[in-house]
Amino acid sequence: MSLLIRKYAISADDWIELDDTAEIPSNAKIIVSLARSRAERETLSAAKAIGVRLDNTEDIAALWPELQALPLIALSFPKYSDGRAFSQARCLRERYNFKGEIRAVGDVQRDQLQFMQRCGFDAFALRADQNADECLRALGDFDLAYQRGASEDLPNVWRLRRQA
Amino acid sequence: MYRYDEYDQKLVDERVAQFRDQTRRFLAGQLGEEEFRTLRLRNGLYVQRFAPMLRIAIPYGLISSKQMRMLAHIARKYDKGYGHFTTRQNIQFNWPKLEEVPDLLSDLASVQMHAIQTSGNCIRNITSDHLAGVADDELVDPRPYCELTRQWSSFHPEFNWLPRKFKFAFSASTADRAATRVHDIGVHIVRNEAGELGYTIYVGGGLGRMPMLGHKIREFLPEADLFSYCEAILRIYNLQGRRDNIHRARIKVLVKSLGPEKFTELVEAEWAQIKDSYLKLQAGDVERMRARFDVPAYADEAAADDGSFTAKLASDAKFAAWAKRNLRKHVRPGYAAVFVSLKANGVAPGDVTDSQMDALAALADEFSFGELRATHDQNLVLADVAKKDIHALWQRLSELGLATPNIGLLTDLICCPGLDFCSLANAGSIGVAQDIFDRFEDFDYQHDIGDIKLKMSGCMNGCGHHTVGHIGILGVDKSGEEWYQVTLGGSAENDAALGDRTGPSFSREDIAPAIEKIIEVYLAQRDSEAESFLATYRRVGMAPFKARLYDKASAHAEATA
Ligand code: HEM
Ligand code: SF4
Repeated sequence: MSLLIRKYAISADDWIELDDTAEIPSNAKIIVSLARSRAERETLSAAKAIGVRLDNTEDIAALWPELQALPLIALSFPKYSDGRAFSQARCLRERYNFKGEIRAVGDVQRDQLQFMQRCGFDAFALRADQNADECLRALGDFDLAYQRGASEDLPNVWRLRRQA
Repeated sequence: MYRYDEYDQKLVDERVAQFRDQTRRFLAGQLGEEEFRTLRLRNGLYVQRFAPMLRIAIPYGLISSKQMRMLAHIARKYDKGYGHFTTRQNIQFNWPKLEEVPDLLSDLASVQMHAIQTSGNCIRNITSDHLAGVADDELVDPRPYCELTRQWSSFHPEFNWLPRKFKFAFSASTADRAATRVHDIGVHIVRNEAGELGYTIYVGGGLGRMPMLGHKIREFLPEADLFSYCEAILRIYNLQGRRDNIHRARIKVLVKSLGPEKFTELVEAEWAQIKDSYLKLQAGDVERMRARFDVPAYADEAAADDGSFTAKLASDAKFAAWAKRNLRKHVRPGYAAVFVSLKANGVAPGDVTDSQMDALAALADEFSFGELRATHDQNLVLADVAKKDIHALWQRLSELGLATPNIGLLTDLICCPGLDFCSLANAGSIGVAQDIFDRFEDFDYQHDIGDIKLKMSGCMNGCGHHTVGHIGILGVDKSGEEWYQVTLGGSAENDAALGDRTGPSFSREDIAPAIEKIIEVYLAQRDSEAESFLATYRRVGMAPFKARLYDKASAHAEATA
């Protein structure tokens, strides 16, 4: 199981991420692919809660009706340098005001965490080789931002200037 | 100058600390080679043929004397005593040691400079007109808009891991001096019929292997909507740009494959969703930014020609020849913009030594309100020189070897580092530049040829803009030998166009003679001295050039294309 950071803390993971063939544990909180969430509606109903994992090629706008009630959406980084999920996250938070957890999964590594956080991710399933303390520190690499983005955790430079 | 406030400074300092830590982790084996590569690139650090190469941003080309002194210091301390000005208002150093780069960046931060996002698949340095603020054909000063854009794009949370690099250029004048049509986004600041300020937006230009000119996707975008519109463009690109093939990953390929109409439709639809969001500029934002730029304390009367300038023009032919090429009109009557040519014989185009940098800083302080500009043609400009001082300045520049009277002439050529430094190079472009210099040494001859832009790249990546040169030279590899393809008729200005290939390429030995033949054809064909090379080419077409280049006498030209 990978290390999880959630809301700026190392966190026990109460969710189980499943691939498309894994057996579905009963009474657990599970994360499954979009395809599986559609195909196995019946069997999945045994789960305590269902989160959905999206490929980074999915169109959030088209899927929104299906996504809006979910407690968790996992967005994928097949390779850390493939930045499509940054856009998906902002779209979920800023356009649709999604309130559930947005979790980064896949090739999730230290040096992008703060950017992810600023796009609206609030949970990070770290790649296996990552050092959790380092990763926590990474969320504080910058104390300010020029862009507001999806999270207002960092003071925004333009707002500070407008107030001055 | 734009001066950092505490926030700008803090962000740059935090970036240095971040990079220092990344370097430490890499050297300690805690950060993988590939990951560190993509991170160091975002700080301008490449690993090249002989050593790392560091690219430092000079946003919209503006640099203070204090900053120039720091570059001199960097050249001395971390390099072998020189720096290289590029075509995108950056300066590159070729010899810093990886372990020392964090210190170098920290030195830069102390003078409000950085290397943030000067390479890597993210939004690069924002470039603009080197005559911004002093050009007489300018609508408004574009630099406050550039600085707003620099800040908007710096550490942008969503657009730091794009399919490929992304370059902006701004122009606010009648003449496009910023090559906006060959940028991913070209912004023209304009006024609409109602008199409101706004932007015309071009998307999808770029050089490299698939050179393309940008398409106009919006005639008029209101001033307040710049960033919502740019975010719409970048979001479409981030989500839909190709990532499977690095050579198909630029936004130009997406625009081409969707078609500009469809692409525009997607952008407009995305924009409709975000246009009234917090991304809209608020009343006062642009004004506040404008107020952050120093305005030189012009004194037109005191600056005006006291007679010395006109007298020297008449009495000193060397000075007059230089003045004819290296001065540009200033919007203020008492002043002129002075071009410092970095294209002296025997020097790689764009190269400046540490002592020249120090001397230029002193000249900027003495003659030009402490500021310099870097141009897209790899030269520098002292933009605010009092007319009465021009002769004195010329004398000093001459002593420094920085008064070559060739601005806009054949030897004011753009040239990439090629085999001398670049690991991707097929050809030694600097050597070819030298050959051309030797052949056209006679400045009277160059003056007679008149305005012409020769641009040269050592490989198809096109760092030397060859496809938009009036004459373009491209180094190609043929079974391990250097050959050169020639194109004619390109331009990166208002009449932007991609050049046409003349035909088979030329050997190293034949390339400079080939250029000479092209010039001879031009001189024979032009209808008057007033008809430029480009105009002549466009009128007469390729045929006479081809005939001369590939006639039987040129036995060395290859048999096949
Ligand atoms: C020496 C190390 C350098 C390397 C390895 C390098 C590499 C590259 C590559 C691979 C491209 C093609 C990008 C693409 O097609 O998408 C490129 C484009 C470019 N480079 Fe360089 N470059 C170097 C130095 C320079 C220098 C010294 C300059 C300026 C004099 C420069 C200016 C440019 C420009 C203007 C482009 C075209 C951008 C476009 O395609 O729109 N580069 N470079
Ligand atoms: S054009 Fe080619 S040879 Fe020249 S600097 Fe660019 S990558 Fe290197």
